[in-house]
Parts: sequence; C-alpha cells; structure tokens
Amino acid sequence: MTIKYSEYPDEKGHFGDFGGVFASETLMHCLEELNQAYARLKNDADFLAQFNHDLADYVGRPSPLYLAERLTKQCNGAQIWLKREDLNHTGAHKINNTVGQILLAKAMGKKRIIAETGAGQHGVATATVCARMGLECVVYMGEVDIQRQAINVFRMKLMGAEVRSVDSGSKTLKDALNEAMRDWVTNVDDTFYIIGTVAGPDPYPQMVRDFNSVIGKEAKKQFAEKVGGLPDALIACVGGGSNAMGLFYPFLDDSSVSIYGVEAGGHGADTDEHAASITAGKVGVLHGNRTYVMSDDQGQIIETHSISAGLDYPGVGPEHAFLNETGRATYVTINDDEALAGFHDLTRIEGILPALESAHAIAYAQKLAATMRPEQSIIVNLSGRGDKDVHTIAALEGVTV
Amino acid sequence: MSRLAQVFARLSGQKALIPFVTAGHPHPDLTVNIMHDLVRNGADVIELGMPFSDPMADGPVIQQASEHAIKQGVGIEKTIQMVKKFREADQDTPVVLMGYLNPVECMGHERFVQQAKSSGVDALLLVDSPPEESSELLQQLKTNDLEQIFLIAPTTTDARAAMICEHAAGFVYYVALKGVTGSADLDAESVNKDVKKIKQHTDLPVAVGFGVKDAKSAVAVAEVADAVVIGSALVLALGACKDSNEASQVIANFIKPIRSALDSL
Repeated sequence: MTIKYSEYPDEKGHFGDFGGVFASETLMHCLEELNQAYARLKNDADFLAQFNHDLADYVGRPSPLYLAERLTKQCNGAQIWLKREDLNHTGAHKINNTVGQILLAKAMGKKRIIAETGAGQHGVATATVCARMGLECVVYMGEVDIQRQAINVFRMKLMGAEVRSVDSGSKTLKDALNEAMRDWVTNVDDTFYIIGTVAGPDPYPQMVRDFNSVIGKEAKKQFAEKVGGLPDALIACVGGGSNAMGLFYPFLDDSSVSIYGVEAGGHGADTDEHAASITAGKVGVLHGNRTYVMSDDQGQIIETHSISAGLDYPGVGPEHAFLNETGRATYVTINDDEALAGFHDLTRIEGILPALESAHAIAYAQKLAATMRPEQSIIVNLSGRGDKDVHTIAALEGVTV
Repeated sequence: MSRLAQVFARLSGQKALIPFVTAGHPHPDLTVNIMHDLVRNGADVIELGMPFSDPMADGPVIQQASEHAIKQGVGIEKTIQMVKKFREADQDTPVVLMGYLNPVECMGHERFVQQAKSSGVDALLLVDSPPEESSELLQQLKTNDLEQIFLIAPTTTDARAAMICEHAAGFVYYVALKGVTGSADLDAESVNKDVKKIKQHTDLPVAVGFGVKDAKSAVAVAEVADAVVIGSALVLALGACKDSNEASQVIANFIKPIRSALDSL
C-alpha cells in the first residue's frame, strides 16, 4: 500500500506509532483549543495572506536556491544546490515558524508569549516577532547554554525579552522545554507557548512543519524553473528537525526524490557522546510525544553531545521517527570533525559561513554527491548562517577573537 | 475487591490521607521505613514517586528530590523493589506509583505490569499519559487487576471530565490548581465546587492534590473530597533527614496534625 504522507498526522495527532498528545491534564483543554484554532486558520485566506506578506516583507522570502558550483566541482558528482535559509531575517529558518505562531497567538487573543531555546536561535526568532507585535516575551534557557551563547542572550534582551535561566537537570535545551511547560501549566489562560521545533504534543509537530514548509515549496518551484523536474535528493540536518521537515514535507509524496536527514554524530554514534536519537536511541515518550529518545536502561533521558548546540537534543520530531520507520527518509550521522570540515569547505570554496548545524548537512552532501552522476541534483537546506558559531570555532582552533 | 476499594469502604465517609514521597529520597535505604512510618501515623494510601529525569509537571521540591534519587541509582525498577520490600510487612496499605511514561515505555508495558503486580503495587498514575493515549497500557493493567489513576484539572471541561471518569479506576485525582506540584495556595472554594461537579460523573472517591500542604489546607478541601494528597511539603520536610530516626520524627510531626484535623471533620 502506498502511504500518502501529506495526509499525516491523523486526527489524533499520530504519525503511525509516533506523535500524539502526552501532556499534563491541565494542558489538554488548551491544546484542544489550539488545535481547533489552527485547523480553522490554516486554510483561512486572510490568515494566509498575512503570513505570506510577513514572510515576504519582514523575513525577506523567497530565499534563493543557489547552485554551489565550486563545491559541486570539488565533489565531482551530483550538482549541489543550497536553499539559502541563512539569508532570512535573524539568520535562520526559525523565523518562518515564529512569524506563523505569533499570528496564531494574536488571533487567539493571547497576551503573553513563552518559548524555550537551546543555542538561542529560536529564542531570538521569538523575541523578534514579539518585539514587532508588542507582546510580552519570556524565553527559558538552560544555565549552561546561557553561558555558551552570550551574544544571543543579549540579542533577546535588546528586543525586550526576559531570558529566564534554568538550573534544573542538565541545564540545557530539554530542561528549558520542561520549564516552559511548567510556566504554561501555571499561566495557561493568557499565555501562548511558541515551541521551536517539530516536537511537543499535537498540534505542534504539524504546525511547525507547516509554517516551515515554505522552504520546500519554494525549493520545488525554484528547482523546476532553474533545472526542470525534481531534484534527485534532499539533505537537511536533524536535531528536533524543523528545517528538515520544512524542506522534506512538500516532496514526501514524490517517490523519485531520495530524502536524507543528518543527525549529530558527535564523537561517533557508537560512543556515549552524540545526539543521534534515530540512529542510536530508542522509542519513548518525551515532551508530549512518542518518538525516538536518548535514554538509559531505566528510561531516564541522558545528556547528549554535539559540536552544534542546535542539534544537541535527546529527542526528535515524531514525523521523522515515522519517516524512518516507513523507510521514506534515510537517517545518517555526521560527526563533529566531519561537520567542521564541511564548515571550512563551504566557507573557503563558496564564501558562505554555514551554521554548525547546517554544516552537518553540507558534509553529508559532499559524501553523497561524490557517489552520484553530474546530471543528478541534490538540494541541501542551508538552514542558518554561521556567525553565531565563530567563537566556538575560534576556541576549537585556539584563536582568541 | 481491590486494596484501594477496601480502604475507601473501611473509611466509609471518613477522609483518606494520601502522602506522596519520592522513592530514594532522601536516601534509598530510608524509603521503606518512611512508608511504614507514614502508615503508622495515619496514612491510608501511599503514593510513591518514580524518579524521572524530566518531571515537567513537578515544582522545584519534587524535581530536586527526583534528581537526588536518580543520582543514588534509583529508577523505576528499584522503586518497584521498594514496594516489594514494603509488602513483606504491610499487606493492607495500597501503594500507587506516580511518575512519567518514559520509564514505563522503556521497561516495556508487559514487563512493568508483571513486576508491579508481583511486587504488590496497586495502581499507577502517569502525569503525561491521558486516557486517549493509554488504551494499550490500560488494557494490560486491567488484565492484571492493576488500576490506572487519572487526573482532572481546573481546565478540564465537563464533557472531558465525564470521559475521564469513564476510564478511571481506584480514585479520581483532582489537580487543585493551575500549576506544578507544590505551587502557591489553592482556592478551596473553587476546588470544592469542581469536586462536586466531578462527583456527578462518578461514584469513585475523589482525591485532591497539588497545593495541599498542611492541616488547614487539607481540611479546607476535604470538606467535599474523599481524600487529600500531600506531596511537596512532606518531601521538603524529609529532605534534611539523615537516618531513620530523624525521618520517623519528621513524619510523626508532619502527619499526625493532618490526620487528627481530617478525623475531626
């Protein structure tokens, strides 16, 4: 039987065995309200017109689809096309989702916005749209991440957001998400929670995917215009997986297109230090949905490692878990050192500084392109720019900036 | 008749006291003694927290107790073993395991249910597993005469409350406030109003928890409810105990006034 991927999730928010609503009872009613509001607005002409207008004039869309000719030449195989999400306002794909969710929050009459952030990109994207809309914004961020990402913390504060330090658990992204959930349970009447990735309880995985699917829709159209037909392969990095779902979703029912999600291999998926939930995790329940999680034999969530803070998450969006199980997408890993090499290659050969997250996708594209023919094409989601990572890279190379 | 049903039948209108403690807190060696002390001082049912790394419905006190317990190697399987040990000397007091779904998933529903049953566990309360997502586990629990306790919150609609009551067993747990465990003061008047509404949907006893912290707040909600759950305040009081004697003293001081206040109703 052919699976019609565009029809998922089902009415209960399930992607096959994954997804669902594993939330506290206090949140069940507001998730239901959110579900109804989203179901109504996602096909509403005025809402979509406003969303598309904001994407064009505020975010700067469409983002270009760029043929990386020198990188292609280096790999001596398939053409490598880059979807330039790094050129969006705030420097990454994250803004597509926050622009959409803030409109939803407004339509639902919510006065207060909360968000979680790891590296700070989603926090910045949320603070940005809150500043524009004049809404109160509280961002939860792990104590460890606050230290690692001082510049993004300052950016959020400049835009008027309050950044609350989270010192529970591992003091990183997963704990920030827990703390945001606790805030939401407490302030459920007037607060809208903008989740930054395709995880969380239904409807978040589908909603964040839909707002980001502008990436794939544009890429499909641009490719048809520039090359004709469909690309042979898509590649994107996967932490929670929102940039990847955004690129993949419009192509899921095009069976000729191979799809690759690149997880963070850290020091190696066979070591204890990585963030490859699909490749090396197991099925579990975390942050409101059933998916692959990194946990120990007692079901405790374990700390992950990646050179890239944005991929450093012990779960993954449930739709990715589903695509892995059905075989529609293939999930691979790229280790820290390979991602770093990809970062340097793109910077030196194309003059584009990719985010360390996106550098994982670049590194895998280099490998894959070399096995393909010159008349074939790959679209890589260049999900963010690397300016935020220059301190990390300088520190690794012993350079004082 | 299940142990829970027996307790509520025996009480026949008197109010049940349900203390919550986190397994392994303040020390794994103390937990079984703490459970016996709770019963000795007037607990009718014990809620035993299974430590989880990401307790998103819990406030700081229970978060820290869980972190502390995990560091001392206590997880779902050791928690079940503690119940087994408790059962060696107490066949009558129901034990409800409270926690989050991932450890249960990780253990596997079947293995969890078998071990829980053979160790003398009576019921399971999972904060992040509403009835809609519980059908498979619920089936396994029922087959083994274990009960799944469900929560109803101030935000739960009347229609939803009716649906939850349909699936509920043991007792219905009303969350007294919008917030995490151990939050600020509850509003007894609105709690009592909501509990009355729940009672229109079910004949099961209704327990009230989240925000109950002493004799005064316990009495205020027990006016309408059948049972009160006290967690964070007790866990906080136990935190500094270094040995069994200290824990016994803390429990006596904490539980007795609440017991006698409830009995005076």
